[in-house]
Amino acid sequence: MKLMTAQQIIFLIVAAFTLGSALMVVTTRNLVHAALWLVSTLFGVAVIYALLNANFIAVVQVVIYIGAIAILFIFAVMLTRRDMRDSGPQLNSNWWLGAIVAALVFTGLVFLLQGWSGFTGTAADLPSGFDPIGLLGEALVSPEAYVLPFEVASVLLLAALVGAVYVAFNKK
Amino acid sequence: MVPQSWYLILAAALFGIGLFGVLTRRNAIAILLGVELMLNAVNVNLVSFWRYSDVLNMSGQVFSVIVFAVTAAEVSVGLALVISAYRRRNTVIANDMDMLKF
Amino acid sequence: MSFWNDPLKVAADWLEGVFTGWGMDAVFAHVLVAFIGVLLLIMILMVVDIFLVWIERKVVARFQDRLGPNRVGPFGLFHPFADIVKLIIKEDTTPGNADKVVYNLAPILSMMSVLILWAVVPLAPVMLGTDLNVGVLFLIAAGAIGTLAIIMAGWASNNKFAMIGGFRQVAVMVSFEIPMLTMLMIPVIFAGSMNINDIILGQNTWYFVISPLGALIFLIAAIAELGRAPFDLAEGESELVSGFNIEYSGMKFGMFYAGELLHAFTFGGFWAILFFGGYRFFGLEQVSPIFAILILTFKALLGYWVIMWVKYTMMRIRIDQMLAFNWKFLTPLAFALLLVTALMNALLSSAPAWLFALGMFLANVVTGWVALEIARSAAKQERERIEGPKKAVEAHH
Repeated sequence: MKLMTAQQIIFLIVAAFTLGSALMVVTTRNLVHAALWLVSTLFGVAVIYALLNANFIAVVQVVIYIGAIAILFIFAVMLTRRDMRDSGPQLNSNWWLGAIVAALVFTGLVFLLQGWSGFTGTAADLPSGFDPIGLLGEALVSPEAYVLPFEVASVLLLAALVGAVYVAFNKK
Repeated sequence: MVPQSWYLILAAALFGIGLFGVLTRRNAIAILLGVELMLNAVNVNLVSFWRYSDVLNMSGQVFSVIVFAVTAAEVSVGLALVISAYRRRNTVIANDMDMLKF
Repeated sequence: MSFWNDPLKVAADWLEGVFTGWGMDAVFAHVLVAFIGVLLLIMILMVVDIFLVWIERKVVARFQDRLGPNRVGPFGLFHPFADIVKLIIKEDTTPGNADKVVYNLAPILSMMSVLILWAVVPLAPVMLGTDLNVGVLFLIAAGAIGTLAIIMAGWASNNKFAMIGGFRQVAVMVSFEIPMLTMLMIPVIFAGSMNINDIILGQNTWYFVISPLGALIFLIAAIAELGRAPFDLAEGESELVSGFNIEYSGMKFGMFYAGELLHAFTFGGFWAILFFGGYRFFGLEQVSPIFAILILTFKALLGYWVIMWVKYTMMRIRIDQMLAFNWKFLTPLAFALLLVTALMNALLSSAPAWLFALGMFLANVVTGWVALEIARSAAKQERERIEGPKKAVEAHH
């Protein structure tokens, strides 16, 4: 068996870190710890994006997920606890069924994918002078590309902003 | 060189773990954490498909940017709903919020 | 390349040669040399941090019309070392019911979020950590990790005042990220790239001249991100018994304090890089990288001095005033300025350089003036609503 290249070793370490943190997210009892394990999972995913040469997506992942969404989770956890302790079981009574379903979904996905011809393909080298950010920017605002989904997404964010403020507003 | 199968298996595993979280946790916020994991798995899938096919075709990255926006919207509205429900019912256990109006 | 032109590459190549001469694998030697470089940069930054404490205390003393530290060493230069010894020999307590792992991790993350910023700062045309093509966004990402560290500190202390302080500080930091991110887009529009080195190389005229309002809004948002006065309600001793810092003593508090000063110096450096030309000074940086580093340090210290000046001159603002200021004034102004800048950039893209500079400068002045007029009329309406219209008319005479 040939030695693994450095890239493969790095991928294995990061993937193990990400999956381990994800497991801790869904099994830990203390909810604030679960949110912090989510932060480490998201950071692992950001490193995966960097390994895939998508550095804009990697940085945006840290800014949006860790800088906003994870903070939102931590705030929500701290605002919805009657005391500082966690009580009661944290998995419901059908947890073994959930585990079986999750394992089935995982094996089903892997089985489906491995029938695809490009499953074990390796990545092509990046073309020289490749400017992913310029291309992404053009794709997002060009009428032949994806300007309509981009604008609709911004309207969606506006609707979510108004809705979230209205729902959570404390009318005293 | 990392074959694409590794990234796809990682995404599938992350999706499975998120699904386990959604199906088995009692706390509503913990369910939303599971949904987060599933959305991240989807994003990893999209970006790996972008990288391993034609890199000049930006559809994969555009799709994943739209998924970022949708995730942010969903998380904010979901958490607002959970906080509002907590104020009325004084609980966040999903099992205990079982009556529409009382 | 000679030693004078590119000292770091010469030293790195020599060291790699030594390692491979000892029989080490080439890739491994490269990684080891990079690691040693990172360690060296962090050590230099921490020593700079120590002298920042001295600068801070001398400057605050002069603002308050007193002498400052002048006992230990010439001009009190060794006073921060005495501070460090005091902090190290203090007892490192952890509160009883606190979450130990999170409590101890928070100061480390806070210091880490400042140190990783220096990976993208170009010290000289050939000396930079990594040439990231999203360097500008990296700044915001590191701020996100700092925000996380503060909320961890606030929660893990098991103390209601710490939690309120942490909440407020995080709310301020998350809110002021938006005008900061918007104002970071203005040098990106001018330079056409998110790469920080490209932004410096594109500043044939300083971006402060072309967009003074952008620089000003960036400075305000940066001061709020740092958690320094006038936006330091979360740490106010009279309001919250020093906020999320309460339960931290000894070197953990030292990490927060020194991290805050280094963060301020780093943001002074970024203000200099984005709006004042970075390491450029009329071609002096081409002579040698040593000059470039000195120029950048000098400009960063000037930026740091402006931040300190604001801190020791202005009063603290209340939390609801801070958030109202951000959401009702600064964010709309930042968006309007970005729109105006993009529009003028498109209109004047083929104009000669002096016309471009003049047009953008006038656009900035007009935008700022319009915003101030709107704010002034809103303030007048507010005052009339509170005091009654009769008194407002009388006050006008």
